[in-house]
Amino acid sequence: MDDFLAARSQMALSLGFHIIFSCIGMVMPFFMAVSHYKWLKTNDEVYKNLTKAWSKGVAIFFATGAVSGTMLSFELGLLWPKFMEHAGPIFGMPFSLEGTAFFIEAIALGFFLYGWNKLNKWFHWFTGMVVGVSGLASGILVVAANAWMNSPAGFDFVDGKYLNIDPIQAMFNKAWFSQALHMCLAAFTATGFAVAGVHALMILRNQNKEFHLKAFKIAAVFACIGALLQPISGDISAKDVAKRQPAKLAAMEALYTTEKPAPLLIGGIVNEKDRTVKGAIKIPGALSFLAHGNFKAEVKGLDKIPKDEQPPVAITHYAFQIMVGIGTLLMLISLIYFFFLLRKKELLNKRWLLKLFVFAIPLGYIALEAGWVVTEVGRQPWIIYGIMRTKDAVTPMPGIAYSFYIFSAIYISLSVVVTFLLYRQIKMVPILYNNKKSEV
Amino acid sequence: MEYVVITFLCLGILLYFLLGGADFGAGIIELFTSTKNRSRTRKTLYQAIGPVWEANHMWLIIAIVILFVGFPKIYTTMSVYLHIPLLIMLIGIIARGTAFVFRHYDAVKDDMQWLYNRIFRYSSFITSLFLGIIAGSLISGHIDTNSNDFLSAYVFGWLNWFSIAVGFFTVALCGFLAAIYLIGETKDTHDKQRFIKKAEYMNIGAVVFGAMVFIAAHFDNIPLIDWVFKNTVGLTAIVLASLSLILLWYLLIKGKTKVLRILAGFQVTMILVAISYAHFPNFIRLKNGNAMSLFETVGPEKTIYSLGLALLLGSILILPFLGYLFYKFQKKEE
Repeated sequence: MDDFLAARSQMALSLGFHIIFSCIGMVMPFFMAVSHYKWLKTNDEVYKNLTKAWSKGVAIFFATGAVSGTMLSFELGLLWPKFMEHAGPIFGMPFSLEGTAFFIEAIALGFFLYGWNKLNKWFHWFTGMVVGVSGLASGILVVAANAWMNSPAGFDFVDGKYLNIDPIQAMFNKAWFSQALHMCLAAFTATGFAVAGVHALMILRNQNKEFHLKAFKIAAVFACIGALLQPISGDISAKDVAKRQPAKLAAMEALYTTEKPAPLLIGGIVNEKDRTVKGAIKIPGALSFLAHGNFKAEVKGLDKIPKDEQPPVAITHYAFQIMVGIGTLLMLISLIYFFFLLRKKELLNKRWLLKLFVFAIPLGYIALEAGWVVTEVGRQPWIIYGIMRTKDAVTPMPGIAYSFYIFSAIYISLSVVVTFLLYRQIKMVPILYNNKKSEV
Repeated sequence: MEYVVITFLCLGILLYFLLGGADFGAGIIELFTSTKNRSRTRKTLYQAIGPVWEANHMWLIIAIVILFVGFPKIYTTMSVYLHIPLLIMLIGIIARGTAFVFRHYDAVKDDMQWLYNRIFRYSSFITSLFLGIIAGSLISGHIDTNSNDFLSAYVFGWLNWFSIAVGFFTVALCGFLAAIYLIGETKDTHDKQRFIKKAEYMNIGAVVFGAMVFIAAHFDNIPLIDWVFKNTVGLTAIVLASLSLILLWYLLIKGKTKVLRILAGFQVTMILVAISYAHFPNFIRLKNGNAMSLFETVGPEKTIYSLGLALLLGSILILPFLGYLFYKFQKKEE
């Protein structure tokens, strides 16, 4: 394996892994806080047990997210030293703030996990909330740093030198808001559907129905709100990308030639050699509308982009299709769920609805990963859009392939172990929480 | 502002050595505990470091973020030429962190525990060993940025007698710190005695490996003796460390545990000061005789200003909260 490809694969793997784990660690504290709140308000032991059960999940994911995040802060330099040498001082601001947010999160988590019966109960609840809020803040800050790579700001690039550096301006670059919003909603949606689905599965199996039903409800509401809001944020993102990174938008839609009006392509098989797309459904003018809010507007195709500045089209296009497809599906499930919740409560326990949620367990995360593929692959060949190429940033050290193999092994085994642990946690629910008296 | 940033950097590194080191040490102690006492040790250990270990490791992140934002040249030089030891240390950090959490949160206690325990112990050892190797390499002057040869560019920079001696020295120090920390964490007199014994062994280990560091430095042509003994600060630090060593042994034998922690922390701090003061602000010594100084590689003014501000703001938020965490869980037994 060629070193450059190995470095990219290792980075993709590390990020892909970290994203899932940190999303769970960032969203589940909110589920936990709701359940904890209900326990404090209603004194219903089930909520207390649920809070504890979830907090164990949070502990597992937080630790995995924390170590994989530590890894990443080193890997940035290990794999992309040239990038970090120049980018560090410019886009470092969100990272230094993220350090604070993450530190607070770790401290609050220490309080929360070990604070049962030791702290004032509302202070204890508050520490749980702090975990969630600071986790979310960390997420937003890291995404702001990534947004800078898509939309470099806060410096002047003169003769290959980075001058007049302004880290605050860099942090509030043009892409940070749309990316952070999209990511936060995605985190809630994906985690919500995954958690709701797991509990739905347990309800279907008739185990500890009361426990799982309460859990399901909390997670499902978060998931469905997220899924319903996501299209709005997607629209903001699309218009933003169209303005800032026409090459990425063209790759997302496999738009090889500039068109006016441009059709929206759904599906289709991309042939990168002939630069054609076969078998896609075309909706005339729709891309013009999505990108520019006008059915007649011109959309820049890849023909307007220099050859050596075009991102890989097939991967970007497929990933985009997967993301949008799943997003739409989850939105439909959410509509059904809310319709039942508000109008037809008697249908909520229908087995087919629960099965739908079980089916959706992995979907949110698949869409989330696909979305990151779109934004990262769609930025190529640039590591800092328009400024530095990815291949110029890679480490001079040879043999990165081996490090990639080691990392693959580690991440695969970690994923296996974490899944195994969760399976065991869930399997133990009847034994740990069946008797109504609480244990510590 | 650059002084604020450098202070935080030094503080981050120091606290990571002390707190993170005590964490690693806990695993090392477990590694060197006889099988029959292991489950007791594990229990004390979990109670002692469970609530705080994640916070302890944040110091590493703080230090690394300061490096890559404020001193990008140093950060990239480290990550290019010390790629391999950094990688091993990272793998160790991942392995021990996850194994520690997994072994506690695995709802079923079965044979998997055996695996988690193994991983936790060995990775604690390896992580602290390589942490020491990296620290040693930075000042060893073996890092060769001009070489095109794989071995001399990416391997011999850290694979040399001096760095390895520093590595083992670090392992012993971590074990020592952990043993001292654990003494205060147990109420059981038998366990207390065991941890006191461990602290004594680890301390002897530290002295032996400390001597090895000097010998290795001599063979690798590193003027360590000059650094430590030829300037007042270094000399004072080493004298204070030695004096506290005597006091420490006295207290250990007497079984007085309260001052021990402060004293152990003080001792390790003095050792770090003694080794690093002579070439401060130089952070990395290179083979070609040059050095990378913190002041010379510092990032642009605005970056340092906002970084310093973020750090100050962060510490206002963090420190009271962190102090309360330690306080709260210290008091729990009483």
